[in-house]
Amino acid sequence: MIDRNKALSAYYSLIKVRFTEEAIAERYKEQEMRCPVHLSIGQEAVAVGVAQCLEKEDVIFSTHRCHSHYLAKGGDLEDMIHELYGRKTGCAKGLGGSMHLIDDRVGMLGSSAIVGGSIPLAVGAALTIKMQNSPHVAAAFFGDGAAEEGVFYESMNFSALHKLPVIFVCENNFLATSSNLSSRKPLDNVSEHGMPFGIPGESVNGNDFFAVKDLAQKAVGLARQGKGPSLIEARTLRKKKHVGPEGGQFYADEKGGSTVPKDLSEADCPIRNFEERVLLENILSQADLDSLKKEVQTEIDNAFNNAQNAEIAEWI
Amino acid sequence: MDMNQNRVLKYREAISEALSTAMSSDPSIFIMGCGVDDEGGIFNTTREAFLKFGKERVIDTPLAENAIAGIGVGSAVTGMRPVIVHARNDFLFLAMDQIINHAAKWKIMSGNRLNAPLFVRAIVGRGWGQAAQHSQSLQSIFAHFPGVKVILPSTAYDAKGLILSGLKDDETVICIEHRLLYENESPVPEESFEIPLGKGDVKKTGTDITIVAFSYMVKESLEAASQLEKQGISVEVIDPRTVSPLDMDLIANSIRKTGKAIVADTSWMHFGVSAEVCAGISEQCFYDLKAPLKRIALPNVNTPCSSNLEKEFYPGVSDIVQAVLELIGSDAEANNDRIHSDEHSKFAGPF
Repeated sequence: MIDRNKALSAYYSLIKVRFTEEAIAERYKEQEMRCPVHLSIGQEAVAVGVAQCLEKEDVIFSTHRCHSHYLAKGGDLEDMIHELYGRKTGCAKGLGGSMHLIDDRVGMLGSSAIVGGSIPLAVGAALTIKMQNSPHVAAAFFGDGAAEEGVFYESMNFSALHKLPVIFVCENNFLATSSNLSSRKPLDNVSEHGMPFGIPGESVNGNDFFAVKDLAQKAVGLARQGKGPSLIEARTLRKKKHVGPEGGQFYADEKGGSTVPKDLSEADCPIRNFEERVLLENILSQADLDSLKKEVQTEIDNAFNNAQNAEIAEWI
Repeated sequence: MDMNQNRVLKYREAISEALSTAMSSDPSIFIMGCGVDDEGGIFNTTREAFLKFGKERVIDTPLAENAIAGIGVGSAVTGMRPVIVHARNDFLFLAMDQIINHAAKWKIMSGNRLNAPLFVRAIVGRGWGQAAQHSQSLQSIFAHFPGVKVILPSTAYDAKGLILSGLKDDETVICIEHRLLYENESPVPEESFEIPLGKGDVKKTGTDITIVAFSYMVKESLEAASQLEKQGISVEVIDPRTVSPLDMDLIANSIRKTGKAIVADTSWMHFGVSAEVCAGISEQCFYDLKAPLKRIALPNVNTPCSSNLEKEFYPGVSDIVQAVLELIGSDAEANNDRIHSDEHSKFAGPF
């Protein structure tokens, strides 16, 4: 269980990701954010659950779907929105865009739009950590599509061989663009993919912040103790299209039957799950939640308004 | 008298010395690659570093070229300077995603927040039946992309100076070495020195024609130039030393003087470095040219194994001599027998 301060911090992070992405979806039609956006709505608890176990100096790498990881790690909201608007004041000075968010001041070291591409980068960062004998860890966030890429296995092998302090976080939403996991893999067993390398792996309900956090805590602990890498498979569902602000029905087979795995439900919401639990256990009050919602919404409104008026990008 | 002036090193010894020197002064530099720690030590270029710095800084790797490149990128963006070694160029294709999509782009995608100073060494094989997958020379491929520098040392001196310079550069550097140059000697100062990347070298001055040559073709061109000298033809040999950035000023200045040029490269002629150099010459010196440009590079077929076919495949000294005679308008004929520099015939393998 977590204390009041940690619960406030986690809730702040969860709704910051959710509300920011809802605002992006709503304003996307204004054509001011002229870059592809890949939204994580419905998947927030994975990024937040892992990031809540990391220190500022720990580093993470992400993917084209990186808003949640960036914000959860403490990336500056204003810089992110400016980046989506292609402004000089953006986190990558308008040269990266939504798919390449970065804030090295908080250990968010970048995002690759090549599926699986940033996994070895996290391993490389973990190699630096080991060579410099520093107490930090590195985490790689990636999707189930990346778990099919060869570089994932090459990276796991190297990290296990050198007992590197790295955590592989597979955010399994069972979709690669629009292709269902069942049409891409013979088995639903991502958590076992580290077995040939002796890497411990576990699955967790990715819509349950508390479960993700507990598992991440275990993995971070092993990494910090010099016991090497771990693999987390956080099972969740995507609510928006692969790219862009629209929703839709993604979990259906050719005959219209549901492809949602038995342990998950489309009605599930990681934010609501969190709210219900902290209220039930009297960790936070409804007034706490409401006041944070208001605070976050103001931050987001300001960020969008400022981005609109910021200077356009320049060559660097 | 400065004894250093006379100190001579082999190309491979100069590479080894450059790595050890750089690693002594910069603790962030480390070497990774398959077999870098073994007795052979990549033709004796990494053994010295292994003996000096141990397995923590000279790391043998699994056969996972793409991940190793990506691990290099990840360590580079977090403050290290990895040197990744491939015994043959051809294996770089397995690492292209990480080198081109990640190393070359992390700086711009991060809005200049992070650099990826990866240093990749890869050796071009030639002779003793290296065949199609152990002989490719990939400078044209890498030079096509922004965000990477490509260096091609042709002498021991250049190898040391370019490597020491490349190991201080903030961009990804691809160092393409040529196996046939490994035993060649030249004077190399003992102290540390750097050759700026993008600064070419006049390997021989001349007045009648310019040969712009890369890597092993510098050796072939110098042989050709010395033969032509006996016939009273004065050849200038320019070695740009780096393909990206390319010292077009040096090339253009030479051509303004001679009015004639041949470009000799170790990669394929089609869409290659030789084409790029010719395009640059025609853009900058069109009205200075007194004859059409000529290229000496690989024909558009894959490398054969058999030694008689190898001899037909690789252009050499005689091809350069013939091309010069044609451009000069001389009636003299080059020897019809294809002649290469000694290294090709002396190379007794196996690898």
